[in-house]
Amino acid sequence: MNTEQELKQFQERIDNGEKIEPKDAMPERYRKQLIRMMSQHAHSEIVGMLPEGNWITRAPSLKRKMVLLAKVQDEAGHGLYLYSATETLGARRQDLVEDYLYGSAKYSSIFNYPTLTYADICVIGWLVDGAAIVNQTMLAKSSYGPYARANLRICKEESFHKKQGYEMLAKMASGTPEQQKMAQDAVNRWWWPTLMMFGPHDSDSPNSAELIRWGVKTKTNDELRVHFVDRMVMEAEAIGITLPDPDLRYNEETGHWDFGLIPWDEFWSVVKGDGPMNRERIRARRHAYEEGAWVREAATEYARKQRLRAEKAS
Amino acid sequence: MSTFDEIPKTQQEALRTVVLWLADDRLIHGHRLSEWAGHGPELEEDLALANMALDMIGHASSLYAYVAKLEGREEEDYHAYFRDDIDFTNCAMVELPRGDFAFTMARQFLFSVHAFLLYQALMDVLEDEELAGILKKHFKEIRYHLRHSGEWMRRLGDGTDESRERVQHALDDLWMYTGELFTSNAHIEATVRFEVFTDPATLHAPWMEMVRQVLDDATLTMPDQNQYMFDGARQGRHTEHLGRLLAEMQFLRRSYPDASWT
Ligand SMILES: [Fe+2]
Ligand SMILES: [Fe+2]
Repeated sequence: MNTEQELKQFQERIDNGEKIEPKDAMPERYRKQLIRMMSQHAHSEIVGMLPEGNWITRAPSLKRKMVLLAKVQDEAGHGLYLYSATETLGARRQDLVEDYLYGSAKYSSIFNYPTLTYADICVIGWLVDGAAIVNQTMLAKSSYGPYARANLRICKEESFHKKQGYEMLAKMASGTPEQQKMAQDAVNRWWWPTLMMFGPHDSDSPNSAELIRWGVKTKTNDELRVHFVDRMVMEAEAIGITLPDPDLRYNEETGHWDFGLIPWDEFWSVVKGDGPMNRERIRARRHAYEEGAWVREAATEYARKQRLRAEKAS
Repeated sequence: MSTFDEIPKTQQEALRTVVLWLADDRLIHGHRLSEWAGHGPELEEDLALANMALDMIGHASSLYAYVAKLEGREEEDYHAYFRDDIDFTNCAMVELPRGDFAFTMARQFLFSVHAFLLYQALMDVLEDEELAGILKKHFKEIRYHLRHSGEWMRRLGDGTDESRERVQHALDDLWMYTGELFTSNAHIEATVRFEVFTDPATLHAPWMEMVRQVLDDATLTMPDQNQYMFDGARQGRHTEHLGRLLAEMQFLRRSYPDASWT
């Protein structure tokens, strides 16, 4: 698809709100952008298992242990749907994975921060899954059918994650003094990195306009961020948690909450690989991938032998 | 029950002892499986390992709740969080570090064959309807664990040279911990006498038969039966690994005993 006529027809389909399906014609650049975005989303789900997995063996009750384990398992499932959806665009899962382990593909920077106390688990559920929901609710309306459907499915589970995290955080925020301290400390550490999850300011986001024109996204980074802050201010207040931003103020004119300056230097530094946990996260994922190689080879070899046996028998 | 505890003198005591054996096995095994979260050899297996871990911990949780009720205790997971290693009664096999994927699957397989046979026997023996109902629910999942681990034994045994070597090693390393699943002592005899447990020796022949079938398919060698066998974990005499596992598992709950985490 290259002629102007074809591009125009494609844009018309998008503007009419039609869904693009794997077999449909699409501009090469649309396909490339989707592969980049969807695989980045998939890698984020997988790397996201690490900070939370850090507390499974130390969860403070069997119920909390099961809730956390099930959540981490859900994230593996999200990664799986998203890799499958990306494969409908002609990409191979193995190549995508190797591109973030050894190449230049990215995953969400939020997972490059450490989980220091159990309260971090609650705050990740509340804030990080909360931000993911805002983003993924939009992506559930994406113009690419398989991506839209994957996000719709994911959103249902993320809502559950957020609810569980928020409820436990509320409990800690009104619990013993030590629990309260852990809860507030975790919010203080995760608040700004969470706001950065929506990506750079619209003015610094070169892909945004194109993605919106193609209906892959329907809202800008800043719009999503403002919507998120509005909700979180209410939710924090309801459980007696203070958001660590002295500049948070309700703006009568816009009807939204204004907030302070996001530390963008930190954002770009973490994106480029210099965050507190970047190296450890990649090391852990590489280790799992490389240590798993002999297992995957064994499964392939066994399947080959089974096929040969079946052929011989028939 | 610790090494200082007495042999059960009533049926109720015997029942409590048996349910704690089952619960401790599952909690500790589930803990080891849960250590795989995020580190599995492929995404599909991450899901399967988390599934089995969730089943195991879920089974433990319902069994601990049952014991707590017997004892009139409010805190359902008291036994998971507030006992020391000499009070835990899981078999030693499940507390060994997770090792590589071959070790994890070989342990899962040997354990699941035993769980399959033991649950079958217990569902026959136990008269308590509530407990029988709990076991029946677990049994469905045990069958899945058995199938899943059995398939991996075949894949690894009959896969590449490396996978065969790894899984054979795992079996050889695990074998000395299988003995205590089938031996008896005064505690176990008492539970059999009160008709809440089954004579462990009767499970040995069917266990060997089921294991042998899969090992044959997998072109693996049955380890030597006449070797030193570890014994005593059911009476609190564990390996050094359990203490560290519990230190990790219990630290938060024990550090703030007044805090609520439910
Ligand atoms: Fe997710
Ligand atoms: Fe989530």
